[in-house]
Amino acid sequence: MKVSIWRGGKVGRFVAYEVPRLENQTVLDVVTYVQRKLDPSLSYRFSCRVGMCGSCAMTVNGKPRWTCRTHVSKVAVGGTLEIAPLGNLAVIKDLSVDMRVFFDKWAKAGGAFKGDKTRDDDFALIKPADKQRQNANAGIECIGCGVCYAGCDVVRWKPDYLGPAALNRAWTLVNDARDTQGPVRLQLIAGENGCLGCHSQQSCQEHCPKHLSPTASIAGLKRAVSVAALKGRL
Amino acid sequence: MNADLAYADKMDSRLWLIQRITAVVLAVAVVVHLATIIVAVQGGLSAAEIVSRVGGSLGWAMFYGVFVVAAGLHAPIGLRTILREMTPLSPGATNGLMIAFGTVLMGFGFRAVLAFYEMGGG
Repeated sequence: MKVSIWRGGKVGRFVAYEVPRLENQTVLDVVTYVQRKLDPSLSYRFSCRVGMCGSCAMTVNGKPRWTCRTHVSKVAVGGTLEIAPLGNLAVIKDLSVDMRVFFDKWAKAGGAFKGDKTRDDDFALIKPADKQRQNANAGIECIGCGVCYAGCDVVRWKPDYLGPAALNRAWTLVNDARDTQGPVRLQLIAGENGCLGCHSQQSCQEHCPKHLSPTASIAGLKRAVSVAALKGRL
Repeated sequence: MNADLAYADKMDSRLWLIQRITAVVLAVAVVVHLATIIVAVQGGLSAAEIVSRVGGSLGWAMFYGVFVVAAGLHAPIGLRTILREMTPLSPGATNGLMIAFGTVLMGFGFRAVLAFYEMGGG
Protein backbone atom coordinates (compact mmCIF):
# COMPACT_ATOMS: atom_id res chain seq x y z
CA MET A 1 0.00 0.00 0.00
CA LYS A 2 1.28 3.48 -0.88
CA VAL A 3 1.32 5.85 2.08
CA SER A 4 2.26 9.54 1.91
CA ILE A 5 3.30 11.06 5.21
CA TRP A 6 4.03 14.72 5.97
CA ARG A 7 7.67 15.24 6.88
CA GLY A 8 9.01 18.51 8.29
CA GLY A 9 7.44 21.38 10.20
CA LYS A 10 5.33 24.21 8.84
CA VAL A 11 7.42 23.86 5.71
CA GLY A 12 7.84 20.30 4.55
CA ARG A 13 6.63 17.77 2.01
CA PHE A 14 4.84 14.48 1.70
CA VAL A 15 7.16 11.46 1.52
CA ALA A 16 5.90 8.20 0.04
CA TYR A 17 6.35 4.88 1.82
CA GLU A 18 5.38 1.34 0.89
CA VAL A 19 3.62 -0.40 3.79
CA PRO A 20 2.31 -3.99 3.77
CA ARG A 21 -1.48 -4.07 3.72
CA LEU A 22 -2.91 -6.27 6.47
CA GLU A 23 -6.46 -7.43 6.73
CA ASN A 24 -7.02 -5.83 10.11
CA GLN A 25 -5.00 -2.62 10.26
CA THR A 26 -5.49 0.86 11.71
CA VAL A 27 -3.96 4.08 10.44
CA LEU A 28 -1.90 4.20 13.63
CA ASP A 29 -0.55 0.71 12.80
CA VAL A 30 0.58 2.09 9.44
CA VAL A 31 2.37 5.08 11.00
CA THR A 32 3.97 2.82 13.61
CA TYR A 33 5.18 0.45 10.88
CA VAL A 34 6.86 3.34 9.06
CA GLN A 35 8.53 4.56 12.23
CA ARG A 36 9.69 1.14 13.41
CA LYS A 37 10.68 -0.44 10.09
CA LEU A 38 11.34 2.28 7.54
CA ASP A 39 12.35 5.57 9.14
CA PRO A 40 12.93 5.87 12.90
CA SER A 41 13.19 9.67 12.61
CA LEU A 42 9.42 9.96 12.00
CA SER A 43 7.77 11.87 14.85
CA TYR A 44 4.19 11.17 15.91
CA ARG A 45 2.23 10.92 19.13
CA PHE A 46 0.15 8.12 20.60
CA SER A 47 -0.46 6.47 23.93
CA CYS A 48 -3.40 4.20 24.74
CA ARG A 49 -4.21 2.80 21.24
CA VAL A 50 -7.80 2.14 22.30
CA GLY A 51 -9.52 5.49 21.81
CA MET A 52 -9.28 6.82 25.34
CA CYS A 53 -6.34 9.18 25.59
CA GLY A 54 -6.90 11.46 22.60
CA SER A 55 -3.24 11.80 21.59
CA CYS A 56 -3.04 10.13 18.16
CA ALA A 57 -5.27 12.42 16.08
CA MET A 58 -3.98 13.23 12.59
CA THR A 59 -5.32 14.34 9.23
CA VAL A 60 -6.05 11.21 7.21
CA ASN A 61 -6.88 11.70 3.52
CA GLY A 62 -7.88 15.27 4.29
CA LYS A 63 -10.06 14.63 7.34
CA PRO A 64 -9.15 14.90 11.02
CA ARG A 65 -9.45 11.49 12.68
CA TRP A 66 -8.35 9.45 15.69
CA THR A 67 -5.88 7.12 14.01
CA CYS A 68 -5.89 4.30 16.58
CA ARG A 69 -9.51 3.47 15.87
CA THR A 70 -9.63 4.36 12.20
CA HIS A 71 -9.32 1.25 10.08
CA VAL A 72 -7.40 1.55 6.85
CA SER A 73 -10.20 -0.29 5.06
CA LYS A 74 -12.58 2.52 5.99
CA VAL A 75 -10.51 5.46 4.76
CA ALA A 76 -7.97 4.28 2.15
CA VAL A 77 -9.54 5.69 -1.02
CA GLY A 78 -8.13 3.77 -3.99
CA GLY A 79 -5.87 1.87 -1.59
CA THR A 80 -3.73 4.91 -0.72
CA LEU A 81 -3.33 6.98 2.43
CA GLU A 82 -2.18 10.55 2.92
CA ILE A 83 -1.35 11.25 6.54
CA ALA A 84 -0.70 14.81 7.72
CA PRO A 85 -0.57 16.56 11.10
CA LEU A 86 -3.81 17.97 12.54
CA GLY A 87 -4.91 21.27 11.02
CA ASN A 88 -5.35 24.59 12.88
CA LEU A 89 -2.39 23.78 15.16
CA ALA A 90 1.32 24.56 14.76
CA VAL A 91 3.35 21.61 13.53
CA ILE A 92 6.30 20.71 15.74
CA LYS A 93 7.68 18.01 13.48
CA ASP A 94 6.14 15.53 11.05
CA LEU A 95 2.84 14.36 12.58
CA SER A 96 3.27 16.01 16.00
CA VAL A 97 1.46 19.28 16.59
CA ASP A 98 1.76 21.77 19.43
CA MET A 99 -1.42 21.25 21.49
CA ARG A 100 -0.69 24.09 23.94
CA VAL A 101 -2.97 26.65 22.26
CA PHE A 102 -5.76 24.06 22.20
CA PHE A 103 -5.54 23.31 25.92
CA ASP A 104 -4.84 26.94 26.90
CA LYS A 105 -8.23 27.73 25.39
CA TRP A 106 -9.87 25.19 27.73
CA ALA A 107 -8.47 27.24 30.60
CA LYS A 108 -9.57 30.51 28.96
CA ALA A 109 -13.10 29.12 28.62
CA GLY A 110 -13.23 28.47 32.36
CA GLY A 111 -12.70 24.74 31.88
CA ALA A 112 -11.59 24.13 35.46
CA PHE A 113 -14.18 22.86 37.94
CA LYS A 114 -14.54 24.91 41.11
CA GLY A 115 -16.81 23.74 43.87
CA ASP A 116 -17.45 24.97 47.39
CA LYS A 117 -17.60 21.63 49.22
CA THR A 118 -14.84 19.94 51.18
CA ARG A 119 -14.08 16.27 51.63
CA ASP A 120 -16.00 16.43 54.90
CA ASP A 121 -19.22 17.41 53.15
CA ASP A 122 -21.66 14.83 51.90
CA PHE A 123 -21.97 13.92 48.21
CA ALA A 124 -24.08 16.18 46.03
CA LEU A 125 -27.30 14.34 45.28
CA ILE A 126 -28.18 14.73 41.62
CA LYS A 127 -30.86 12.65 39.97
CA PRO A 128 -29.79 10.94 36.72
CA ALA A 129 -32.96 12.26 35.05
CA ASP A 130 -32.11 15.85 36.00
CA LYS A 131 -32.17 17.98 32.81
CA GLN A 132 -28.94 19.78 33.61
CA ARG A 133 -27.19 16.51 34.41
CA GLN A 134 -28.33 15.07 31.09
CA ASN A 135 -26.94 18.13 29.28
CA ALA A 136 -23.63 17.63 31.04
CA ASN A 137 -23.62 13.90 30.32
CA ALA A 138 -24.11 14.56 26.62
CA GLY A 139 -20.78 16.38 26.42
CA ILE A 140 -18.72 14.81 29.16
CA GLU A 141 -17.08 11.98 27.18
CA CYS A 142 -14.71 14.32 25.31
CA ILE A 143 -11.18 12.86 25.17
CA GLY A 144 -9.50 16.12 24.16
CA CYS A 145 -8.10 14.76 20.89
CA GLY A 146 -8.39 18.08 19.02
CA VAL A 147 -10.20 16.55 16.02
CA CYS A 148 -13.12 19.01 16.29
CA TYR A 149 -10.71 21.93 16.68
CA ALA A 150 -8.78 20.85 13.58
CA GLY A 151 -12.01 20.53 11.60
CA CYS A 152 -13.51 23.88 12.67
CA ASP A 153 -13.68 26.53 9.94
CA VAL A 154 -14.21 29.34 12.44
CA VAL A 155 -10.93 28.47 14.18
CA ARG A 156 -9.23 28.65 10.77
CA TRP A 157 -10.69 32.10 10.09
CA LYS A 158 -10.31 33.44 13.62
CA PRO A 159 -7.30 31.93 15.43
CA ASP A 160 -8.48 33.45 18.73
CA TYR A 161 -11.83 31.63 18.64
CA LEU A 162 -11.99 29.27 21.63
CA GLY A 163 -13.15 26.33 19.52
CA PRO A 164 -15.63 23.47 19.94
CA ALA A 165 -13.83 21.37 22.57
CA ALA A 166 -13.20 24.19 25.04
CA LEU A 167 -16.76 25.49 24.68
CA ASN A 168 -18.19 21.98 25.02
CA ARG A 169 -16.24 21.64 28.26
CA ALA A 170 -17.59 24.98 29.49
CA TRP A 171 -21.14 23.81 28.72
CA THR A 172 -20.72 20.64 30.80
CA LEU A 173 -19.64 22.82 33.73
CA VAL A 174 -22.44 25.35 33.23
CA ASN A 175 -24.72 22.34 33.76
CA ASP A 176 -22.82 21.00 36.77
CA ALA A 177 -24.90 21.78 39.86
CA ARG A 178 -21.80 21.54 42.07
CA ASP A 179 -19.82 24.16 40.15
CA THR A 180 -19.69 27.72 41.51
CA GLN A 181 -18.31 29.64 38.50
CA GLY A 182 -21.60 30.20 36.62
CA PRO A 183 -21.69 33.95 35.86
CA VAL A 184 -17.88 34.21 35.71
CA ARG A 185 -17.70 31.42 33.15
CA LEU A 186 -20.46 32.96 31.01
CA GLN A 187 -18.43 36.16 30.85
CA LEU A 188 -15.40 34.15 29.71
CA ILE A 189 -17.23 32.38 26.91
CA ALA A 190 -19.46 35.25 25.68
CA GLY A 191 -18.14 37.45 22.91
CA GLU A 192 -17.04 36.90 19.35
CA ASN A 193 -14.16 34.62 20.22
CA GLY A 194 -16.44 32.61 22.48
CA CYS A 195 -19.70 30.84 21.76
CA LEU A 196 -21.15 33.73 19.75
CA GLY A 197 -18.47 33.19 17.10
CA CYS A 198 -19.88 29.75 16.19
CA HIS A 199 -21.67 29.63 12.82
CA SER A 200 -23.27 26.24 13.56
CA GLN A 201 -21.65 24.63 10.53
CA GLN A 202 -21.38 21.44 12.58
CA SER A 203 -17.99 20.27 11.30
CA CYS A 204 -17.09 19.51 14.91
CA GLN A 205 -19.87 17.00 15.40
CA GLU A 206 -19.32 15.61 11.92
CA HIS A 207 -15.73 14.75 12.80
CA CYS A 208 -15.96 13.99 16.54
CA PRO A 209 -14.83 10.37 17.01
CA LYS A 210 -16.91 10.13 20.19
CA HIS A 211 -20.02 11.31 18.32
CA LEU A 212 -20.48 14.26 20.65
CA SER A 213 -22.22 17.40 19.48
CA PRO A 214 -20.19 20.47 20.44
CA THR A 215 -22.53 22.46 18.16
CA ALA A 216 -25.44 21.63 20.49
CA SER A 217 -23.32 22.52 23.52
CA ILE A 218 -22.40 25.87 21.95
CA ALA A 219 -26.07 26.50 21.13
CA GLY A 220 -26.81 25.88 24.82
CA LEU A 221 -24.13 28.40 25.78
CA LYS A 222 -25.62 30.95 23.37
CA ARG A 223 -28.99 30.55 25.09
CA ALA A 224 -27.40 30.90 28.52
CA VAL A 225 -25.48 34.00 27.42
CA SER A 226 -28.65 35.53 25.91
CA VAL A 227 -30.63 34.99 29.09
CA ALA A 228 -27.78 36.42 31.19
CA ALA A 229 -27.48 39.45 28.88
CA LEU A 230 -31.23 40.12 29.01
CA LYS A 231 -31.16 39.94 32.78
CA GLY A 232 -28.21 42.33 32.84
CA ARG A 233 -25.89 39.75 34.34
CA LEU A 234 -23.30 39.92 31.61
CA MET B 1 -9.52 39.46 31.75
CA ASN B 2 -8.60 43.07 31.01
CA ALA B 3 -11.20 45.82 30.97
CA ASP B 4 -11.02 46.48 27.20
CA LEU B 5 -11.58 42.84 26.39
CA ALA B 6 -14.49 42.66 28.79
CA TYR B 7 -16.02 45.72 27.16
CA ALA B 8 -15.54 44.30 23.65
CA ASP B 9 -17.09 40.99 24.71
CA LYS B 10 -20.01 42.81 26.28
CA MET B 11 -20.60 44.76 23.10
CA ASP B 12 -20.30 41.59 21.00
CA SER B 13 -22.87 39.87 23.18
CA ARG B 14 -25.29 42.81 22.94
CA LEU B 15 -24.89 43.06 19.18
CA TRP B 16 -25.37 39.32 18.83
CA LEU B 17 -28.55 39.48 20.84
CA ILE B 18 -29.83 42.49 18.88
CA GLN B 19 -29.18 40.62 15.65
CA ARG B 20 -31.15 37.57 16.87
CA ILE B 21 -34.08 39.70 18.03
CA THR B 22 -34.16 41.72 14.79
CA ALA B 23 -34.01 38.41 12.87
CA VAL B 24 -37.25 37.36 14.56
CA VAL B 25 -38.84 40.72 13.72
CA LEU B 26 -37.64 40.47 10.10
CA ALA B 27 -38.91 36.91 9.75
CA VAL B 28 -42.44 38.10 10.54
CA ALA B 29 -42.10 41.39 8.63
CA VAL B 30 -40.79 39.75 5.46
CA VAL B 31 -43.64 37.20 5.46
CA VAL B 32 -46.22 40.02 5.80
CA HIS B 33 -44.42 42.05 3.12
CA LEU B 34 -44.25 39.12 0.64
CA ALA B 35 -47.84 38.04 1.31
CA THR B 36 -49.00 41.62 0.69
CA ILE B 37 -47.09 41.75 -2.59
CA ILE B 38 -48.59 38.46 -3.77
CA VAL B 39 -52.11 39.58 -2.88
CA ALA B 40 -51.59 43.09 -4.26
CA VAL B 41 -50.29 42.09 -7.70
CA GLN B 42 -53.31 39.89 -8.42
CA GLY B 43 -55.02 42.80 -10.14
CA GLY B 44 -51.83 43.97 -11.87
CA LEU B 45 -49.03 46.12 -10.43
CA SER B 46 -49.38 49.88 -10.63
CA ALA B 47 -47.94 52.86 -8.77
CA ALA B 48 -51.44 54.18 -8.17
CA GLU B 49 -52.47 50.91 -6.52
CA ILE B 50 -49.45 50.96 -4.20
CA VAL B 51 -49.99 54.61 -3.25
CA SER B 52 -53.69 54.06 -2.62
CA ARG B 53 -52.90 51.17 -0.29
CA VAL B 54 -49.81 52.42 1.56
CA GLY B 55 -49.96 56.20 1.11
CA GLY B 56 -51.01 58.11 4.20
CA SER B 57 -51.58 54.97 6.21
CA LEU B 58 -50.25 55.26 9.75
CA GLY B 59 -50.46 51.45 10.17
CA TRP B 60 -48.29 50.73 7.12
CA ALA B 61 -45.91 53.56 8.06
CA MET B 62 -45.44 52.01 11.49
CA PHE B 63 -45.06 48.50 10.05
CA TYR B 64 -42.41 49.58 7.55
CA GLY B 65 -40.81 51.83 10.18
CA VAL B 66 -40.23 48.75 12.36
CA PHE B 67 -39.06 46.85 9.25
CA VAL B 68 -36.50 49.59 8.46
CA VAL B 69 -35.15 49.69 12.01
CA ALA B 70 -34.83 45.89 12.13
CA ALA B 71 -33.09 45.71 8.74
CA GLY B 72 -30.89 48.70 9.56
CA LEU B 73 -29.64 46.97 12.71
CA HIS B 74 -29.58 43.37 11.44
CA ALA B 75 -27.62 43.84 8.21
CA PRO B 76 -24.65 45.87 9.51
CA ILE B 77 -24.16 43.53 12.50
CA GLY B 78 -24.01 40.50 10.20
CA LEU B 79 -21.78 42.27 7.72
CA ARG B 80 -19.53 43.35 10.59
CA THR B 81 -18.97 39.72 11.53
CA ILE B 82 -18.16 38.79 7.93
CA LEU B 83 -15.73 41.71 7.57
CA ARG B 84 -14.01 40.85 10.85
CA GLU B 85 -13.58 37.22 9.87
CA MET B 86 -12.73 37.63 6.21
CA THR B 87 -10.83 40.93 5.90
CA PRO B 88 -7.78 42.43 7.59
CA LEU B 89 -9.76 45.61 8.49
CA SER B 90 -9.22 46.75 12.08
CA PRO B 91 -12.12 46.36 14.53
CA GLY B 92 -12.38 50.16 14.79
CA ALA B 93 -12.53 50.64 11.02
CA THR B 94 -15.08 47.84 10.72
CA ASN B 95 -17.28 49.37 13.40
CA GLY B 96 -17.05 52.82 11.78
CA LEU B 97 -17.91 51.47 8.34
CA MET B 98 -20.85 49.51 9.68
CA ILE B 99 -22.26 52.44 11.67
CA ALA B 100 -22.12 54.43 8.41
CA PHE B 101 -23.72 51.56 6.46
CA GLY B 102 -26.51 51.15 9.02
CA THR B 103 -27.16 54.89 9.06
CA VAL B 104 -27.43 55.04 5.26
CA LEU B 105 -29.70 51.97 5.24
CA MET B 106 -32.02 53.45 7.84
CA GLY B 107 -31.88 56.87 6.15
CA PHE B 108 -33.05 55.46 2.80
CA GLY B 109 -35.64 53.30 4.53
CA PHE B 110 -37.20 56.10 6.54
CA ARG B 111 -37.11 58.42 3.53
CA ALA B 112 -39.28 55.93 1.64
CA VAL B 113 -41.61 55.32 4.59
CA LEU B 114 -42.06 59.06 5.20
CA ALA B 115 -42.57 59.81 1.51
CA PHE B 116 -45.44 57.31 1.29
CA TYR B 117 -46.99 58.58 4.51
CA GLU B 118 -46.85 62.22 3.42
CA MET B 119 -48.25 61.32 0.00
CA GLY B 120 -51.65 60.60 1.50
CA GLY B 121 -54.09 58.17 -0.06
CA GLY B 122 -53.22 59.25 -3.64
